[in-house]
Amino acid sequence: MLTGLTLTEARAGLAARKFSARDLATAHMQAIARLNPKLNAYITVLPEKDVLAAADAADARYADGTARPMEGLPIGVKDLFCTKGVKTTAASKMLADFVPPYESSVTQRLLDAGSVFVGKTNLDEFAMGSANITSAFGSVLNPWQRKGDEATALVPGGSSGGSAAAVAAGLALAATGTDTGGSIRQPAAFCGIVGLKPTYGRCSRWGTIAFASSLDQAGPMTRSVADAGLMLEAMAGFDEKDSTSSNRPVPAFAQAVGKSVKGLRVGIPAEYRAPGLPAEIAAMWEQGIAWLRDAGCEIVDVSLPHTKYGLATYYIIAPAECSSNLARYDGIRFGARKDAPTLDGIYERTRAEGFGEEVRNRILMGTYVLSAGYYDAYYLKAQKVRTLIKRDFVQAFEQVDVLLTPTAPSAAFAQGENMDDPVQMYLNDIFTVPASMAGVPALSVPVGLDAKGLPLGLQIIGRHFDEETVLSVGGALEDAAGFAHTPTLHAEAGA
Amino acid sequence: MSYVIEGKTGNWEIVVGLEVHAQIISQSKLFSGASTKFGGEPNTQVSLVDAAFPGMLPVINRECVAQAVRTGLGLNARINLESRFDRKNYFYADLPQGYQISQFAHPIVGEGTIEIELAGGETRQIGITRLHMEQDAGKLLHDQDPTRSFVDLNRAGVALMEIVSEPDIRAPEEAGAYLRKLRQILRYLGTCDGNMEEGSMRADVNVSVRKAGEPFRTRCEIKNVNSIRFVMQAIEVEAARQVEIWENGGEVDQETRLFDPGRGETRTMRSKEDAHDYRYFPDPDLLPLVIEQAWVDGLKAALPELPDAKRARFQKDYGIPFYDAGVLVAEQSVADFFETVAKGRDGKLAVTWVTGDLFAALNRTGRTIENSPVSAEALGKMLDLISDGTINGKIAKDVFEDMVETGESPDAIVEKKGLKQVTDTGVIDAAVDAIMAKHADKVEEFRSGKDKLFGFFVGQVMKETKGKANPALVNEALKAKLNG
Repeated sequence: MLTGLTLTEARAGLAARKFSARDLATAHMQAIARLNPKLNAYITVLPEKDVLAAADAADARYADGTARPMEGLPIGVKDLFCTKGVKTTAASKMLADFVPPYESSVTQRLLDAGSVFVGKTNLDEFAMGSANITSAFGSVLNPWQRKGDEATALVPGGSSGGSAAAVAAGLALAATGTDTGGSIRQPAAFCGIVGLKPTYGRCSRWGTIAFASSLDQAGPMTRSVADAGLMLEAMAGFDEKDSTSSNRPVPAFAQAVGKSVKGLRVGIPAEYRAPGLPAEIAAMWEQGIAWLRDAGCEIVDVSLPHTKYGLATYYIIAPAECSSNLARYDGIRFGARKDAPTLDGIYERTRAEGFGEEVRNRILMGTYVLSAGYYDAYYLKAQKVRTLIKRDFVQAFEQVDVLLTPTAPSAAFAQGENMDDPVQMYLNDIFTVPASMAGVPALSVPVGLDAKGLPLGLQIIGRHFDEETVLSVGGALEDAAGFAHTPTLHAEAGA
Repeated sequence: MSYVIEGKTGNWEIVVGLEVHAQIISQSKLFSGASTKFGGEPNTQVSLVDAAFPGMLPVINRECVAQAVRTGLGLNARINLESRFDRKNYFYADLPQGYQISQFAHPIVGEGTIEIELAGGETRQIGITRLHMEQDAGKLLHDQDPTRSFVDLNRAGVALMEIVSEPDIRAPEEAGAYLRKLRQILRYLGTCDGNMEEGSMRADVNVSVRKAGEPFRTRCEIKNVNSIRFVMQAIEVEAARQVEIWENGGEVDQETRLFDPGRGETRTMRSKEDAHDYRYFPDPDLLPLVIEQAWVDGLKAALPELPDAKRARFQKDYGIPFYDAGVLVAEQSVADFFETVAKGRDGKLAVTWVTGDLFAALNRTGRTIENSPVSAEALGKMLDLISDGTINGKIAKDVFEDMVETGESPDAIVEKKGLKQVTDTGVIDAAVDAIMAKHADKVEEFRSGKDKLFGFFVGQVMKETKGKANPALVNEALKAKLNG
């Protein structure tokens, strides 16, 4: 069925004229109409006529032989990417009616590669969260359900929870995500899909609403590792409008998948064997190690000694940057404004009412750690530790080619769990944050189900700008795991 | 020369440091492509970056960096090959991002010096602490509507240089001299137009007072003073205020103050308790700014000649006095004008005409050197006419006035009015004879010893020749005939 294909399969089917882009678009619009009211994966669904017009244009290109790499493929776009003429909310009341007059660089590249956008996916407000429960437009439901406990609503992870749920449930063949501390990888793991956070600087940040500028990175969320390579190729590349984007050439990422991993050295960081790591996660990790050993990899024990400081430093640096990045939402030029008799009054009301609690918390934390008298103890020290974390990775990569770790310390949890204790919630990012701090690429691949039937993911972390090796190893893991499960709520499950 | 405030408890000296905000001359803003032109309709020169739309990112304007480096070189300052941008966070309606991008910890230019000249020709070195680049804010308009304020973002994001001096200034007139000299250098470099009325140069003034030999006492910062005269006045009244506080047993509070030129006083704008905590941190949207020494060297090689060097060269090349050279180099356009006039001619004659008759004519006609009624080339030609004896100095004055009025060339005027100097000794001899005949009595007096009458005869002969006679030849002829 059309909503269950990988990008690669769909591209081949379109090229062979087995079905049209219009067929593909129609199937997805129907699936969205049926399932989105339940999943809430999309904040905005694009008008059907626009989607079909884009599909028809794609069909014309297939007809005249000018089809591009993503031609006619229905894609969900995280509602953090500004899309010209299409409401872009960042899942915040602050931007509830904001329609950008510009297109983000990443989505422009995807459009230029022929993608057909179907809608803007839900997320945690301003990408701050690990469960997609902080959206001003309601929580996203994970399409997976616990075996024997179908009534309990599970979170899809966050912040790219809408993208993960949409891809898992057949409401898009793939979707864009953004990852600041795990926001692509953790929801990918929770929803049983592939998620790739590229090297910092690989994709332009221009036109993507900023959370923490030194960490934010766009990436693909897909159903296969090859798809992640294909889509990243379309998204990546130097952008003169983003001073932090890299001018390295963009390799043919998709071709890295399927390459032999024989002889590659895979590091197992000791520090990730955290006490309290659930046995099922540990077992899945061991299984992953065994698969890669069988594929000819050499397994090497390594140490990343500063791992334990990763989360603490992340929760200083990311809020610090966010407190400054979100200052522009002041009600003066765009977005929601709450009037008051004084300028300070406008700021106070606009920001108190426009931002949700988690965003306000992080702005407060960030303001605090940058304040006079605290800056050295918090922000400056965190930056120093960040340098050490980065050095840990660089040194580890002198010994090994990639690292293998679990993506998250648990499978998807229930809505309402972990909610009264923010620190417990932040612990979700414990395995993903260090790679973000170091700026290295990291991929989450679904490898199996836990006892309750929920997907688990393993993470492959690589050298700066070496997404290719990460994708090769991811492909090997994917082959070995043969993960072919789909969630209960799926476009192709009985209506 | 030192400036002293005589207090009840003795003499006080003042300590002043200046922070000058100078708008960089550039086509587009520091981090966006929007135009920097002054005087556009409100909000017509605003890019999405300037208005801080979601997802917008700054990209450094290379020309602004070059301008800052040129300025640093002009201030004999250290150029930092690596500098950084920080965010200065605060909320205000004219600040779209909610932060100003500035260089806090690592400015592009380090220590330098400016030599100022005081009355009487004494010079002093004033240290420059640093120069950094930053964004300007927008402008709030409070007078458009009785109940609302409007925001004009045309200026938001325009590049500024903040040039910080050491607390080396010890008198209001030194502050004035410093600002004039700085403005002169910026204008020579073409990095800032120095126009204080349009706000493209403004100063924050740090003032404290102390008894001789003491360490610094608490200072106050007077914000945004927009003329050199006001800076000098503000220093005077603020220093007096502080002396009075100290002498009455009080304590000067460190605070930010405003100068009210109408009342001639400073008053509190923000006390220390209300001071903003700007939460500076490195801007994660921008990489460290790294420039190459070779690039800096290229900019240095292409720098124009600066006032001090030009002044020394004028003295040397044209043999003109230090003071006159200073007057000429005060404005680059005057210096250029002078040089066109003086090149290959008598420098002393040129300076006399430029600073004398030309300046007077400009004054009288309300013109500037840029649209002078007499071009440098025409004035030069007129000097040639003097030097080659075509006209004499007195006739030259009339020719010059004619040039001012008609704009005609000196040759044409001399030709048309028949002002060519008479050098025909026959004509001169005849005139001398006629005058001697007419004033035979005076000739007698002269010959009997009244030497002073010689001048009378010169005047009469000149009058007879309608001023055109060559004065030297007239002298010669008179001497010969009177004594003969």
